[in-house]
Amino acid sequence: MKTHYLDNSATTRVSDAAAEKALDMMKENYGNPSSLHKMGVRAELCVEEAREAIADALSAKAKNIVFTSGGTEANNTVLFGAAEALKRRGNRIIVSAVEHSSVYESAKRLSQLGYDVQYAPVGKDGVIDPNALEQLLTDKTILVSVMAVNNETGSVQPTELLAKHIKRRCPDAVFHVDAVQAFCKIPLKPVRWGVDFMTVSAHKIHGPKGVGAIFSRDGARLVPLLYGGEQQKKIRPGTESAPLIAAFGEAVNEADISANLTYIRELNAYAVEKLEAIKGVTFNSPEAALPYIINISVEGIKSETMLHHLEQNGVYVSSSSACAKGKRSYVLAAMGLSDDRIDSSVRISFSKHSTKEDIDALVDGIVSGIATLQRK
Amino acid sequence: MKEIVLIKLGEMVLKGLNRRTFEDVLIKNIKYRLRGLGQFEIKIAQSTITVIPQSDDIDLDDVCERIGEVFGIVTYSRACVCEKDFDDILEKAPVYTADALADAKTFKVESKRSDKRFPYKSPEISAQVGGRILSAFPRLKVDVKNPDVTVTVEVRDYAAYIRCQTMRGQGGMPVGTSGLATVLISGGIDSPVAAYMMAKRGLKLNAVHFESPPYTSERARLKVEKLLKQVSRYAGSIEMHTVPLTKIQETIRDRCPEELFTILLRRVMMKIASRIAESTGSGALITGESLGQVASQTMYALGCTDAAASKIVLRPLIGMDKQEIINISRRINTFETSIEPYEDCCTVFTPKHPRTKPVLRFVEKAEREAALDEMIEQAIADTAVKTITP
Repeated sequence: MKTHYLDNSATTRVSDAAAEKALDMMKENYGNPSSLHKMGVRAELCVEEAREAIADALSAKAKNIVFTSGGTEANNTVLFGAAEALKRRGNRIIVSAVEHSSVYESAKRLSQLGYDVQYAPVGKDGVIDPNALEQLLTDKTILVSVMAVNNETGSVQPTELLAKHIKRRCPDAVFHVDAVQAFCKIPLKPVRWGVDFMTVSAHKIHGPKGVGAIFSRDGARLVPLLYGGEQQKKIRPGTESAPLIAAFGEAVNEADISANLTYIRELNAYAVEKLEAIKGVTFNSPEAALPYIINISVEGIKSETMLHHLEQNGVYVSSSSACAKGKRSYVLAAMGLSDDRIDSSVRISFSKHSTKEDIDALVDGIVSGIATLQRK
Repeated sequence: MKEIVLIKLGEMVLKGLNRRTFEDVLIKNIKYRLRGLGQFEIKIAQSTITVIPQSDDIDLDDVCERIGEVFGIVTYSRACVCEKDFDDILEKAPVYTADALADAKTFKVESKRSDKRFPYKSPEISAQVGGRILSAFPRLKVDVKNPDVTVTVEVRDYAAYIRCQTMRGQGGMPVGTSGLATVLISGGIDSPVAAYMMAKRGLKLNAVHFESPPYTSERARLKVEKLLKQVSRYAGSIEMHTVPLTKIQETIRDRCPEELFTILLRRVMMKIASRIAESTGSGALITGESLGQVASQTMYALGCTDAAASKIVLRPLIGMDKQEIINISRRINTFETSIEPYEDCCTVFTPKHPRTKPVLRFVEKAEREAALDEMIEQAIADTAVKTITP
């Protein structure tokens, strides 16, 4: 049976170039980037090239990029690191109600540690109202964390606008943007937008799992989570994972934001047209969502049931966030959806490898699912 | 709304008949720096260059960042293009200025009408545009003395422009208009600054770097490449000549008095750099020497080094304090690379007590005894060349 992989916001297939790069870094160019000799220098050059590629993609400087083991570590480092660095200045931390669990759960932990954590509400479209955020900003606010694109619905947050509001009201607070689902999919300009930290990950853009990065604005301080060597200016010590980092760089170099977006828009329109025609399907993603993600609910069929039914037809999708297996989505709840809608939600997510054929298979699967699974 | 970049030229507008040549070089340099950002039309009229993006997906922030690194530009600004029609100007003004005025409390409008056929005079343009902006943003006040934002309307020969913020360019003269010179680059703080300063005066650069493996490492050379890459953002592409100096340094160590090590080494560098300058058509050497900074940079030591050069030696930092040099290196973003800790060939075999007042006669005698000429030839023959681009 043919595979129709439509779960690209969970993870993507690693590109040939990225995989080959990683293999070469493991088998040939395997020096420790910190070694003084040539083998070390050669490995270091590849790491630095990748740093440059990620910096370029963010219109930032390479010195402002630190590699981590992925998006979760990057988000944890920023939340705990910035909270610790700024704790003398205040104790309010604001995150949106729809953050990825790596931010959401970190915020919860910070709340247990005594920080005053507030959750910024979102509208029906999953988007934060800047005025609602502004209400939560106080002189004691030290950190605001808002994702660029929501992982479950594709809702795009107005991060540039939010940055302006935050900097006007709380010039000393730092602003973190979790851009894992946005990186290399829409243009990101943290420096110009006034964003202090931005976190990204490789495996959502055809890079390998296990590597991510933090952009930090000049002078924005983080207390490290890890201690050890002198690597990466001590913000993230430990021997750099040169194979994964170099592969990350390759994946970023291959990403063509505007060409991909044009293609995905077309796919999205095709899918929406087909899905709209199915009775019982409602859309949870707002119209202005990033076209890479479509979140729908199929009336009367539990997400998981639909997921496994589609799987039998070779179609792979997600029931809300893959990181929260079996738990009811707080993201959709924050958007005011009913429990029935939430329990029957399915996330379809594209990559440049997705085709209309994949969508046809998905639509067929949903139609047959409704015919056989729906409780009458 | 179509947005472009307006560039005002530097002191070259004072040039006489060769002004056209200066302008052509500047346009060529701007084109070179904008490569990779998309397609542009670049026009010049009335000592203003207009950079017109040819597609919508070009990021003008990136364009401005690069224009801000090109020598020969005094100021530049983003501007909105209007037809030379007063209604069009009045309609676009409040829309285009909305972002810039978002955080402002006060503003004023200035107008320049270089196309005198335009039927409204400058004060009238200012008054009407100001009125439109006020009615769009009633919270704003006009302040002609000390406004938060100045909105400028220019009616020029091709079109009318509205702009809000003027940025300062690098100044100086277009790279290439003063000829080609050779910078001796180490890896420290000073030489990249010296290179930057002379490029600012219109010199195109090539570079000579000396290395002494195994006393110096590959990382030290990569550091120099990184520095030159940063300098090339301002100076354009730089041909880097890497000269192996190990044999010569070891010979000096073995055959010469220790207190003359540094001065002899500096003379060898001058000789080799002069030869490379000669063969590449370069007219001068550039060094980052600053009077009295170290033993080899006393007036007497500089006299001895100078005597070994067969080209004029430009020393733009000669009268500057270390802190002044560091300030420039921070501004041009070379500082953080310069302070990476790798051994360079100047710190190999450093004498404990270098001579601060060397006498040329004795230096030359020591040099003759060391019999370095053949080794110098060999070092030049073994030089590796690499082009560094921004």
